[in-house]
Amino acid sequence: MSDKRWTRRELVKLLAAAPSLLLIRCVPSPQSGEASDYKASEHYWGYAVDTTRCIGCGNCMRACRAENDVSAGFYRTWVERYRVGLDGETQVDVADPETLAFEELSGEVSKAFFIPKLCNHCEKSVCTQVCPVGASIHTPDGVVLVDDKHCIGCGYCVQACPYGSRFIDPHTHTAGKCTLCYHRITKGEEPACVAMCPTGARIFGDLNDPRSKLSTILRQNRYRVLRPEMGTHPKCYYQGLDREVV
Amino acid sequence: MTFVFPNEANVTWTVMIVLYPFITGLVAGAFIVSSLFHVFGKSNLKAVARYSLVSAFVFLLFAPLPLLVHLGHPERAFNIMITPNFSSAMAGFGYIYAAYLLLVLLEIWFSLRSEFIARAKGRGLTAWICRVIMLYNLDEDESTKRADFKITRFLAGLGIPLACLLHGYVGFLFGALKANPWWSTPLMFVIFIFSAIVSGIAVIIFHYFVVSWINGWRVDQVCVRTLAKYLWGFMIVAVSLELLEILSLAYKQTEEWEVLRTLIDQKLFFTYIVLQFLILSLIPFLMLGVASLVKLKDRLAYALIWTASTMLLLQVLLMRWNVVIGGQLLSKSLRGFTNYLPGIWDREGLIVAAIIFTLPFGILYVFHRIIPLFPGAVKVRARTNRQAADTTAGIGN
Repeated sequence: MSDKRWTRRELVKLLAAAPSLLLIRCVPSPQSGEASDYKASEHYWGYAVDTTRCIGCGNCMRACRAENDVSAGFYRTWVERYRVGLDGETQVDVADPETLAFEELSGEVSKAFFIPKLCNHCEKSVCTQVCPVGASIHTPDGVVLVDDKHCIGCGYCVQACPYGSRFIDPHTHTAGKCTLCYHRITKGEEPACVAMCPTGARIFGDLNDPRSKLSTILRQNRYRVLRPEMGTHPKCYYQGLDREVV
Repeated sequence: MTFVFPNEANVTWTVMIVLYPFITGLVAGAFIVSSLFHVFGKSNLKAVARYSLVSAFVFLLFAPLPLLVHLGHPERAFNIMITPNFSSAMAGFGYIYAAYLLLVLLEIWFSLRSEFIARAKGRGLTAWICRVIMLYNLDEDESTKRADFKITRFLAGLGIPLACLLHGYVGFLFGALKANPWWSTPLMFVIFIFSAIVSGIAVIIFHYFVVSWINGWRVDQVCVRTLAKYLWGFMIVAVSLELLEILSLAYKQTEEWEVLRTLIDQKLFFTYIVLQFLILSLIPFLMLGVASLVKLKDRLAYALIWTASTMLLLQVLLMRWNVVIGGQLLSKSLRGFTNYLPGIWDREGLIVAAIIFTLPFGILYVFHRIIPLFPGAVKVRARTNRQAADTTAGIGN
């Protein structure tokens, strides 16, 4: 048994230091599943959608669901169908949540197109700004993730996201969203939705690498982002975006 | 055909998040009434000053309960204080709430020290509770009373900006969300403060009348008429600010107004236009105007004031509903609306909400058993033997 006797001063110091240990324990850490040789600081991931190529097959949604076990009724990625009638009236819908297929439509159409949507992994994301506990984070490689061991499930990020990309997962009771398949991209693979897209409408790549497919597309083509007036600086870039799309 | 983003099919913030700003509003409003007496020397309000302060404290105790019921992980609630993300408006909640709770607690402790000490000197459970509350320090003389008075006044003064901060902050939580055009306005901060004061005064009038009627007390005429005038003034400001916000949006005719107009015209027509404005604002405005400006017999004036207060309480509750739920009915696609009907027996349903709202009144009753909340109340009508016995036991003095 130690002969050490605690002085009052030492005891006070110890008590004062104890909460800081609690802080260390509770500080959220990024979700990982990273490969050991993966260096996050060397990458800066982005995403592009060539809307002229999307055929609305729904493969991306099915792949996302299978890869990430997304709860029924919610979407980490989805495809919107826009249909502008001869009268100029625009109708929008998404695939059925169960079958992930679109309803058959009738009537005359002046133009129609599909718009894939997902989390925009914004540079100035509102969701990470408003998260009260710091459970929503930016990884050094430009991905917005949620630490579901730390999230309190308040839903503030769901309200703050201008793109409707977040939801409260009914199973984990925490915020759910697209992770860009972080467990895959850190192993050098593409996100499941990109890998399964049959037409190459979804493009994923490293914005840090000027020779990446994504960087080349952005350099050589005209593109837009969704709701630029929000000031969120999305990193999901759209080619051929119609003015009807919000 | 309308379109909502697929993750918006369910409303995330339920009736619990309607109840939360409603309860914090009652806190802020009730506290301001007590401060009008303690700081600004409005002696007309003496009859309800103690009740206002204690009810602010009790409602404050219950304010986080709807939030805890709503949270996906209530067991992690303290993360908000342990690992706060200071870029989030919500991160301030824990600190603002704790500071305000401490302040109100201290103010009650100092302002009611004499009462507690008087009861602590007796025997039995109540005396023991009072001794514990007083930390076994029962010393009292003129100098301690003077010190208590000064400290109470200081705390009441400090509490006014804190009360505004607490509730204005709740408004800011909504107003700062740029993604939602129904919420995103700097006026939200101010609207919430004024509507809080309205609801606080209204609940005090409502409860004062009910308790006086049950106990057979004479209502303090000057106090009630003064409160009615304050209520009238504050409701005019609160409603004008809300109308100003809508008029401004309508006049600017921005792209967002198209969808907001549909929200107001269709989804919120009954709760917003008909109930909140036409019935629960206009009628109380007229009632309080008549009660304040026309010489009426007490009985008629009281009927008008009590009815108007009750209607304004409902008006503020509906305002919270129209803000919290209304904002979520509108899809961020700006192309359509979703629906929400609260469940009855659900965890976040109407029964749980009613229980949470009723609990503070139970605690107020228990507090009243120890220290009377309306110390100057005077009995005017004969009551049953049982009520008389209660009065003798110290409830009705």
